[in-house]
Amino acid sequence: MLDLATPVRELSFGDAIKEAIAEEMRRDPTIVLMGEDVAEAGTTFKVLTGLVDEFGKDRIIDTPISEAGFTGIGVGAAMTGLRPIVDIMFGDFLTIIMDQLVNQAAKIHYMSGGKWKVPLVVRATMGATRRSAAQHSQSLHAWPSHIPGLKVVVPSTPYDAKGLFKSAIRDDNPVVIFEHKISYRKVKGPVPEGEYVIPFGVADVKREGRDITIIALSSMVQVALGAAKLLEEVGVSVEVVDPRTTWPLDEKTLIDSVKKTSRCIVMDEGYGRYGVAAELAAVVAQGAFYNLDAPVSRLCAMHVPIPFSPSLEDVTVPSERQVVDLAMKLCGK
Amino acid sequence: MSVVTKKTAGVADQVGVDRLLRMYKQMVAIRLFEERVNDLYTRALMPGLAHLYIGEEAIAVGICEALTRQDYITSTHRGHGHCLAKGASPDRMFAELLGKEAGYCKGKGGSMHIADPDTGNLGANAIVGGSAGIATGAAFSAKHLKTGQVAVCFFGEGALGQGLLYEEMNLAQLWKLPVIFVCENNGYNEYTHFSESTAGEVCARAAAFGIATETIDGQNVRDVYTIASRHIERARKLEGPAFLECKTYRYHGHHVGDIARAYYRPKAEEEEWVTERDPVTLHGQWLMANGVADRAALDAIQEALVADMDAAVEFAVGAPYPDPDKVDQDIYA
Repeated sequence: MLDLATPVRELSFGDAIKEAIAEEMRRDPTIVLMGEDVAEAGTTFKVLTGLVDEFGKDRIIDTPISEAGFTGIGVGAAMTGLRPIVDIMFGDFLTIIMDQLVNQAAKIHYMSGGKWKVPLVVRATMGATRRSAAQHSQSLHAWPSHIPGLKVVVPSTPYDAKGLFKSAIRDDNPVVIFEHKISYRKVKGPVPEGEYVIPFGVADVKREGRDITIIALSSMVQVALGAAKLLEEVGVSVEVVDPRTTWPLDEKTLIDSVKKTSRCIVMDEGYGRYGVAAELAAVVAQGAFYNLDAPVSRLCAMHVPIPFSPSLEDVTVPSERQVVDLAMKLCGK
Repeated sequence: MSVVTKKTAGVADQVGVDRLLRMYKQMVAIRLFEERVNDLYTRALMPGLAHLYIGEEAIAVGICEALTRQDYITSTHRGHGHCLAKGASPDRMFAELLGKEAGYCKGKGGSMHIADPDTGNLGANAIVGGSAGIATGAAFSAKHLKTGQVAVCFFGEGALGQGLLYEEMNLAQLWKLPVIFVCENNGYNEYTHFSESTAGEVCARAAAFGIATETIDGQNVRDVYTIASRHIERARKLEGPAFLECKTYRYHGHHVGDIARAYYRPKAEEEEWVTERDPVTLHGQWLMANGVADRAALDAIQEALVADMDAAVEFAVGAPYPDPDKVDQDIYA
């Protein structure tokens, strides 16, 4: 939970990320950031506007449209004394960097018997409903979560985004951070002015409750909290737990919550089949088996390519209404 | 024995007698190493696959003689020669090939993944062309941190089919990174002649980026060394990368088990390279013809190496396997 001991401002999700990067770059001269249109343009989402003015074009580096190429440079640079952040813009472009991420970055430490390290951060985005259609809207955080050697961060609030991003930069392993692109401006929240980091593998209880646990990530945390308010009105007390990192994973906090409430919905904007929600559901189904009063259930993106038309796209993402209906059913109401 | 004639004083002065002899020694060492790999493999002492470098020794030796210990290399699945030429010890190399704890990667990497920070070896890579980003990234670090290091990316002509290589060449030339792309053209992408997979001229591809290119007789270690030295020093001054196509030949099959090769390359072709173009024989003849060494001196070099290599094999065969408890160590730093 948020520590309010230091002065706190309201920041957008995007500004919290920019502040994390700026603070870390001031602290550590070996950090460089590279990607397409990251310098003067401040990325296509305008999240990094102004960083190039402070750190210069030697550290905020515009690249050609070569995601695999500059991710590869990031891997090699990370092995040899720098701490690069590579920005691949849309999470959909993970497909393009997969060899550098999965066969190279993730395995170099292990294959070398622990000798080489790859302190690399890969920035990616996720999230639909931006009317960007099938190749610019996916939430593919399950992919790197599947690979030993990678760590995966999926923040939901400005406070978490800043603290987790700073941890990602300081980590000696390759870390992929998925920033929800709708949240950049839409989600605002308190962020203390002082220095803080949030360790990986520590889930956060976003709301306490008694009757049902909703495990939610990224954009789904806001949906879960919205649904929790509606459910409260009909007498269902909801606990919302955000794992914040898919790996390392804080299994204990998730299991303890479900043991307490005896019911669980796992929400994710990624696909459900073989996805992050499937893994989280398996973790709590096993860990809280003897306390369960209902089957562990999932609410995820529909298993379709993300469509363009608003009337089609909007129904692919889980809604508060769906959460309320499912929670009522699981609670026998 | 070191009588240098007038005729060859140029080359001998340029390369130096000590280096001429050391290059001979290094090539013989790689040859003897690989002969023992073949033996270990056919005796079923070596698990996995063995891709032998025999026939291509002059390239690894000529290039690595032009590098400092601090300079970086990335290697390939056919990488034993590169690792040895950069300074790896045969005993720990053999140990890694046999999957032993004493190996360079504690048995976690094997033949295709030898890595050694002490000799600037960023790692052999089993993804064809997969290390182009790592080498270019190391060059990026060298330039950014002003260390004066150079990175060499070894790859076979099969990697010319991989898109990543061209992204890295573009970035390397665009940013004047100190990286040397060394294409070992042994004529065959696995079991296919490269003319069936490669359109146009090899060097023209790199030249299109404005990169300095050179085609080298990869069987002549003196040529490889002198030409590579020029490009390496130019890169070290941050004047630009280079692409060196070294024409060579793989005496053995794609891997040790590739015995029946007549369907993809004629026996007469193999015999011609082995008898007429052998880099070790040719350099030995040159050393004798130019009074740098006599037969007895060359034989003495070989005998000493045979003893060293046999001792290295004995060490590796007798070394223990890693404890199974270590399987999940070194995944994360």
